[in-house]
Amino acid sequence: MKAWHFSEMAYHPGWEELGNSLRNVVPSRVFDPVLGADLYHRYLDEWALCDELGLNIMVNEHHTTATCTTSVCTIPMAILARETKTARLLCLGMPIANRMDAVRVAEEYAMIDVISRGRLEMGFVKGAPFEVSPANSNPATLMERFWEAHDLILKALTTHDGPFNWEGEHFQFRQVNVWPRPYQQPHPPVWMTVASPGSAAEAGARGHVIASLNTGYLRTPDIFKSYREAAAGVGKEATKDRFAYLAIIGVGETDEEGKRRAHQILDYSRTTPRAAAQFWFPPGYTANEVTAEKLHNRSPLMIPLRDGGEFVMQTGSVDEFVNAGVAFAGNPDTVFEQVREFNDHVGGLGHLLMMGQGGHISHEDTVGNLTLFSQEVLPRLAEL
Amino acid sequence: MDIRQAFAYSVQNLCRSERSGCGNGEDRLAMKQFELAGVVFDVDVHGAGPPMLYLHPEHYGQLHTPFLNSLAESWTVYAPRHPGFDGRRPPANFRQVSDIAYLYLDLLECLDLDTVVVLGASFGGWVALEMAVRDRARLCALGLIAPLGVKLGGRDDRDFADLSALPDDEAAACLFAGPLPDLGTFSQEELIAVARDRQFLAYYGWKPYLHNPSLVRWLHRVKMPVHLMWGAADGFVAPSLGQGLADLLPDVQLDILSGAGHYPQIECLDEMVAVLAAGPCASVGG
Repeated sequence: MKAWHFSEMAYHPGWEELGNSLRNVVPSRVFDPVLGADLYHRYLDEWALCDELGLNIMVNEHHTTATCTTSVCTIPMAILARETKTARLLCLGMPIANRMDAVRVAEEYAMIDVISRGRLEMGFVKGAPFEVSPANSNPATLMERFWEAHDLILKALTTHDGPFNWEGEHFQFRQVNVWPRPYQQPHPPVWMTVASPGSAAEAGARGHVIASLNTGYLRTPDIFKSYREAAAGVGKEATKDRFAYLAIIGVGETDEEGKRRAHQILDYSRTTPRAAAQFWFPPGYTANEVTAEKLHNRSPLMIPLRDGGEFVMQTGSVDEFVNAGVAFAGNPDTVFEQVREFNDHVGGLGHLLMMGQGGHISHEDTVGNLTLFSQEVLPRLAEL
Repeated sequence: MDIRQAFAYSVQNLCRSERSGCGNGEDRLAMKQFELAGVVFDVDVHGAGPPMLYLHPEHYGQLHTPFLNSLAESWTVYAPRHPGFDGRRPPANFRQVSDIAYLYLDLLECLDLDTVVVLGASFGGWVALEMAVRDRARLCALGLIAPLGVKLGGRDDRDFADLSALPDDEAAACLFAGPLPDLGTFSQEELIAVARDRQFLAYYGWKPYLHNPSLVRWLHRVKMPVHLMWGAADGFVAPSLGQGLADLLPDVQLDILSGAGHYPQIECLDEMVAVLAAGPCASVGG
């Protein structure tokens, strides 16, 4: 099992002032660029440390939010492509239905793959609902645009005989001819985030790596099962390296220290619901039956516990998040045991996406978290 | 010719109407299913009198029933349900409001209707304008209730409130001057319809937002009497846009209805019907 360190490069100093709305409508005057520069450098240093620790690197992007200042995922990737030597570099990812120039996406990915000498992992993601507004992408046609972008990017990265023509529903280019071509052949591995059995099946039929983000103990098995069935349906073997899971991870010398670190990182999860309600259900983004239910029932986001109970995402405790399988926290033995149990429960993981930094956790604690994980947990993941 | 005869005449001239039972001219008030240019859609046919093509707005179909009933007292109302809004996914290359306009021009030809009043509200008004600039041969007048489709402001101006970026209560308040619809009283089916209506308003009108940038250039082609009607308290499309439109249309009457928001046909039904009856749609079409 490989491990990947993920951070959203949060601008947490602005959270208190912004209150219960951290996305979409937040004025950028809240962002202090001097402090923001320090934070960018800090987060990049923590990723660079991963190269020494044997951890791989994961970045993502969000827009118009104080929860994530990685507004362009390929920018930290480009920096790290040069700054690191061995870590694999996962963009998870690129919201390709919201990027209006799919060829540019292929160019950015190709450059990073070459500069990093073939260490890029390409993530294609649908994007969260509140990403629709900053991109002004049509939510009613989002998935058809997603798949067309997917097809175009892969064709652009694998066509090496000069220009080809693309006149689709959503993208039109008459001379697609991407330079450079990628370092990895035929192209860097493709990852997709999934949140339901349906989306897992789409990826399974294509053989892409799926990453299930915080879907927990109860929801994840069905998602992975759906992938396996879809892969089998087209004659593909769903090996463990096709399955990734993202969890909040806090490791300490003691259970208390690990939980304290996880508690701070969990502010990433607790801030997720802090977005104005109208941005959660862009028209056509989700099934109309789901949207209809939310029209008159704006209940808070809940996370299911193993015993069938649930808790409020915005205020959950470390123990609740651990119970749900969303966080792994404690001393190295405790964390390894939690990961092992989850791995067995879902039928095998190839990749553990570790949110090792988030919320208000300090740089020193982040370094301690990553270091202890890499020294005391990572070697044992090879057993799984 | 009474309505029964009129409808029987119409259905005899259907170019192609499948699964509709349209051959039964006795069925005077019915939903008919058509397939034209590869698009399946439904048309409610309702009432008695000269023909009116009624093009529905984007939201709250069930709240428009009293208005449709009132129209049916004076006209034979043909009310198609726009593709997508009806729960059917439109064909992949059916994405523009102009596609809907061509579909309904085909419908008029198929039904062999002439001297038709086209009445469109909001999104339906946009469709009506797209029809009128293309082919006015079968039209005699246009009624437009706070139509979308034409942007007159500058690039920094919001001609149409960005409803999906507003809190639900503020978005609803843009549409209604008085009490807001209580979604808690909506059936599950009606709630799904609300979600679907929003989906297909986005499908056709997300970007450019709720307008066709070139439509304004061709408004001079709307060479027929036009009745513009606007709620004075419309917070979605301001009445000032109505005045701007009036300046661009060749033969126009603009009426502002006090006490109404974007849907005067819901909020001020009687006044709306009276204004319509006193305007060019009635005098020309009737």
